[in-house]
Amino acid sequence: MSKYVIVGASAAGIGAVEAIREVDPVGTITVISEELCPQYSRPMISDFISGKASLEKMKCRDDHFWKKNEAQALTGRTAVRLNLTERYVELDGGDKVDFEKLLLATGGKPFIPKIEGADKEGVFTFTTFSDAERLATRIESAKRAVVIGAGLIGVSVAEALAKRGLEVTMVEFKDKILSLILDPAASEIVENAIRKAGVTIVTGQTVQRILGKPEDDSVVDGAVLTNGDQVPCDLVIIAIGVVPRMELVAGTDVKTNRGIIVDKFMRTSVPDVYASGDVAEAYDFIFNENRLLALWPLAHLEGRVAGYNMAGKKTDYPGGTSMSALKYFGIPIISVGIANPKEDGYEVLVKHEPEKNFYKKLVLKDNVIVGMIFVNDIERAGIIFHLMKNCVNVKKFKQELISENFGLATLPSRLRKKMCLEG
Amino acid sequence: MRRIIAKEEVCMGCGLCEVYCTVQHSKSKDIIKAYNREHPRPISRVRLETNRPVSFAIQCRHCDDAPCVTACLSGAMRKDEETGLVTHDEEKCMGCWTCIMVCPYGAIKMDVSGKVVAKCDHCPELDVPACVANCPNGALVLQEVKP
Repeated sequence: MSKYVIVGASAAGIGAVEAIREVDPVGTITVISEELCPQYSRPMISDFISGKASLEKMKCRDDHFWKKNEAQALTGRTAVRLNLTERYVELDGGDKVDFEKLLLATGGKPFIPKIEGADKEGVFTFTTFSDAERLATRIESAKRAVVIGAGLIGVSVAEALAKRGLEVTMVEFKDKILSLILDPAASEIVENAIRKAGVTIVTGQTVQRILGKPEDDSVVDGAVLTNGDQVPCDLVIIAIGVVPRMELVAGTDVKTNRGIIVDKFMRTSVPDVYASGDVAEAYDFIFNENRLLALWPLAHLEGRVAGYNMAGKKTDYPGGTSMSALKYFGIPIISVGIANPKEDGYEVLVKHEPEKNFYKKLVLKDNVIVGMIFVNDIERAGIIFHLMKNCVNVKKFKQELISENFGLATLPSRLRKKMCLEG
Repeated sequence: MRRIIAKEEVCMGCGLCEVYCTVQHSKSKDIIKAYNREHPRPISRVRLETNRPVSFAIQCRHCDDAPCVTACLSGAMRKDEETGLVTHDEEKCMGCWTCIMVCPYGAIKMDVSGKVVAKCDHCPELDVPACVANCPNGALVLQEVKP
């Protein structure tokens, strides 16, 4: 019997272990992970490909982490079934781990669309360290790569492959890259930088078929786009997005929507069963509803909140929102919330100086900031994020917020003093 | 733990806090060498915020529940349980800028390399941080606060 059982040992699982140990120094913890060394940062796998980071550098907690926290880490193991009535998790091989409190932090898996030839050698997904390791073995012998999807994962892997000297083509179904988090103007700044780095961007297209080599059809030789164009390549990376891994809860009483539904304590609909991270639909403070947000910082925070509550310290999840910091192709960007509103009813403030690649945009609703994009000049973005999170009415000073001189000193003195004294 | 408090009513906006922070984080620790011979010149981790007549200096607050520590993707940002300081390990930093996104004070900077962040470390080699020790008007003070 283990008091706490955690399935998944990435951002959320690690956060939960740390939080549990802050409250309960003795309760037994068992963590189950499919990965052999789960305590690394998944967002860093592109740095592994580019050669910038070794596995050692990618470790966000050291190798003693599990031992130090007296957590039994069952690595390289898969949880295959849950029995929520008898309260145990069944592992591959049939052994069972009983629990008192269970956290499902199973994360996401890459979404793979139906593409003819997607099973060929040379086609990769890009989510875990094993994915990156597999891809890394093929880079030396490869010359050209096609990346399907120009979201965060697609852009990160495209940059890494370009740095390794490959000729890269990014294929994006939408009209613009990073369309979920940027607006057309910000997208264009990144697109220009990407093209400058020698990467080809094809938008409004997707890959309909992956071709095999004439001498061996099982090995990738090229990709056929929706318009029929052929792009010769040795590697295809599918980077369209991730979907929650909900296999374990299928057929149980755990309520799901697109992900596992949780309340503000990260509890699922089944008592003593919690969920956190990319698999959970947690509260979004901008949309004021629960949403799927596959983001590392939120997964970690959700895991912490789950851990506290599992160990008996009542803690509310403050909520997250779509929030991304980007470093790719030398263009620092921060995008939060509704950065590109599609409906009416929003006020948009923009300052754009193309020659300096300076772009700041704020989206307001009833004088409260609900979205932002900062390009290049990002160091004060956190102040805006703070105003956003606290629903501060910015009516009296909104124009200042996008000026080049914006900083804490530009805020009204009462607000500034409140913010600074709190810390 | 100790925290640096800014007193904006007595800050003259002279910027010496930034100068001495730069020197303290330089290789030579010498003002002339740090400014003229170190390329790139180390950045100051304290920032003078000005909007005349208002001015004050702000640096990492070493928050109790630090959002940068929770958000850090690489494990570079840690809360030191003994000192209460938020420490940053440059070797581990991947320069993803997530900490910058969540710092309510805008107190985390991009380092000159553009590849990692830099922030206040309370000058571990000194008894009193350089910005506090060299503020000519007592606009930066070191206070003992309850954790």
